[in-house]
Amino acid sequence: MNRTTRTGLLATALALGMVGVGYASVPLYRLFCQVTGFAGTTRMAPGTSAPGAVAGKTMSVRFDANHAANMPWNFKPETTREIVTLGAQDIVFYEAENKSDKPVTGTATFNVTPSQAGKYFTKIQCFCFTEQTLQPGQKVRMPVVFYVDPAIAKDPSANDIEEITLSYTFYPVDERKKQS
Amino acid sequence: MTTIAATHDHAHDHDDHQMGFFARWFMSTNHKDIGTLYLIFAIFAGIIGGAISGLMRAELAQPGIQYLTTWAAMLEGQGASIDQAYHMWNVLITAHGLIMVFFMVMPAVIGGFGNWFVPIMIGAPDMAFPRMNNVSFWLLVPAFILLLGSAFVPGGTGLGAGTGWTVYAPLSTYGSQGPSVDMAIFSLHLAGASSIMGAINFITTIFNMRAPGMTLHKMPLFVWSVLVTAFLLLLALPVLAAAITMLLTDRNFGTTFFDPAGGGDPLLYQHLFWFFGHPEVYIMILPGFGIVSQIISTFSKKPVFGYLGMAYAMVAIGVVGFIVWAHHMFTVGLDVNTKMYFTAATMVIAVPTGIKIFSWIATMWGGSIRFTVPMVWALGFIFMFTVGGVTGVVLANGGVDNYMHDTYYVVAHFHYVLSLGAVFALFAGFTYWFAKMSGRHLSNFLGHLHFWVFFIGVNLVFFPMHFLGLQGMPRRYPDYPDAFAYWNHIASLGYVIMAASMVIFFVNVFYALLAGKKAEGNYWGEGATTLEWTLSSPPPFHQFETLPKVD
Ligand code: HEM
Ligand SMILES: [Cu+2]
Repeated sequence: MNRTTRTGLLATALALGMVGVGYASVPLYRLFCQVTGFAGTTRMAPGTSAPGAVAGKTMSVRFDANHAANMPWNFKPETTREIVTLGAQDIVFYEAENKSDKPVTGTATFNVTPSQAGKYFTKIQCFCFTEQTLQPGQKVRMPVVFYVDPAIAKDPSANDIEEITLSYTFYPVDERKKQS
Repeated sequence: MTTIAATHDHAHDHDDHQMGFFARWFMSTNHKDIGTLYLIFAIFAGIIGGAISGLMRAELAQPGIQYLTTWAAMLEGQGASIDQAYHMWNVLITAHGLIMVFFMVMPAVIGGFGNWFVPIMIGAPDMAFPRMNNVSFWLLVPAFILLLGSAFVPGGTGLGAGTGWTVYAPLSTYGSQGPSVDMAIFSLHLAGASSIMGAINFITTIFNMRAPGMTLHKMPLFVWSVLVTAFLLLLALPVLAAAITMLLTDRNFGTTFFDPAGGGDPLLYQHLFWFFGHPEVYIMILPGFGIVSQIISTFSKKPVFGYLGMAYAMVAIGVVGFIVWAHHMFTVGLDVNTKMYFTAATMVIAVPTGIKIFSWIATMWGGSIRFTVPMVWALGFIFMFTVGGVTGVVLANGGVDNYMHDTYYVVAHFHYVLSLGAVFALFAGFTYWFAKMSGRHLSNFLGHLHFWVFFIGVNLVFFPMHFLGLQGMPRRYPDYPDAFAYWNHIASLGYVIMAASMVIFFVNVFYALLAGKKAEGNYWGEGATTLEWTLSSPPPFHQFETLPKVD
């Protein structure tokens, strides 16, 4: 192989490698968000417990529910807004109902806004940790156990936050399993 | 600098005459012919892209919707609703941006001047892979046809792709039903493949085909600029290709890379796009830096001041350009620390850019300057590009940008670096090398006239946009409150002046081709020291059959 061919092939490999980097960014981005709470990705800490209430410091939390257009479910929060004390464990319920005549398995993505609050919003228990299957017509109440980390009050980029919105989007699993 | 006179074998001198028209131009493997094809293509695309911006300025000349409904109706072939008229606007701005970036500036500056002069300047007979060079050019043609064709098929609210040149999800995914956006995306795939092949070709040529004695540190700065650009293309374009392929599969095959209802994130698209997009803006300007360096040195009759600093400043700009992308995303909800990082990193780019500006000035300092047509374009470039650089540094402040983002201030910024920067560099190169490429001189008078009318025109178009932006006029809307009417009107007047200057330009080109004075080999005389000036004008079909020796 002469020098020209070698340089040409190296350059081609570099270009192909960058296509790979482009695609690799998808899982990397997801990982990065989970680790850093970037883009409003919440913390998941199943099996732990809340640090305990910090007297006098409260936060308003809103609950939001969406589902993919091709998901034959009713999905909504039982309460839309709650005032929680920082550090205190809280539980809220979401309601889901399968309106179709077939069993449907779904899973939920979630995030919080403002995104800076992501790393302080910790979920101890959540229906979103696993897939949920509903039989035709079945209706369930699903709990979310969470707390807002008191450290939020000390973060200069997050200590002016007065309200956090927790949002879920349910989407059907089966047909999409391959891609995500 | 060089020890040879023009060397070519007389027997080969007439190769071009023996070839049929089709063989010469359609199956061309000759770097100069391909360069010419690229330039013609770019001029053609520039006329279309420029005409589209004329439609935009006509609509923006007054508040209210004047023409959009009519144009949309013409396109749809029946009456158009107001929503379809608004969609028409989105189609116009999308087409204008994509055409100017991918089909005008890049083909002209890299495909055109790069192909023509990189091999000659390093003393090579041709590019490393001449056949791939041909494929690179001809891929652009179907790409352009696809993009233009996308205007005639459904793209959501109306006909055509109305996503903006950034093609953000979710507007470009479930926000735009119909084949139009698919066609536009596929057009970008083809144009991207074309550029990547071109980049591989340039890198291989520059690394392996330099004449004896032409070390990397002796290469003319234009060659350096194309080398750095080729690397940027190689690293950035594949990421765009990946991102828009994800758009395609999200649109057509049910993936959800950018759809939260499926576990994706639309923000990821913005990160990928701007990881490509910021290097892309330097891809458009670096070859211009190279051209301007050659011209300033020629007409100051001095070598470029701080040659190595100039070369490595371009390398530095290229490297740092990859770690500043989120300055386009200051308003998506980044946290303060991230914004601070991207602000600081962005400002760092101003350092090597400043080195270049000061080195050009230092080159002229004490030189015997001749104010030829290419020289005034180059001076205009330095002046206007600096204005764009300064507004860039303003925008780089994450806090300030909360207010400036997506206003006309940003539009003013990037048109000062592109329409008054990259395009001035294009005209500088064109008037510097036209006689070298064609063998005929442009008219000096028409050249100067074109420069001044164009200069006044584009400044009238774009300077008022700073005011409009500061007053809060958002970009990407066809209508505005009366308060913005005055400066918008001035901008539209400026467009007319600019368009008139383009008439002068084309008259000049046709005059030169039909009746221009014949040009000798080195028509700029002392000061023009690079290898192309050792050849005849136009150069022989095959140059350097005996390699020149550089010492
Ligand atoms: C000193 C160097 C520069 C700095 C600090 C700078 C900074 C910026 C910033 C912060 C933005 C984002 C503004 C916003 O959207 O709110 C921006 C936009 C832009 N810049 Fe620059 N810039 C520089 C040079 C350039 C150059 C050399 C070019 C091209 C030749 C360029 C082309 C653009 C374009 C096209 C956009 C707008 C993209 C879009 O939103 O459609 N910039 N610049
Ligand atoms: Cu940028």
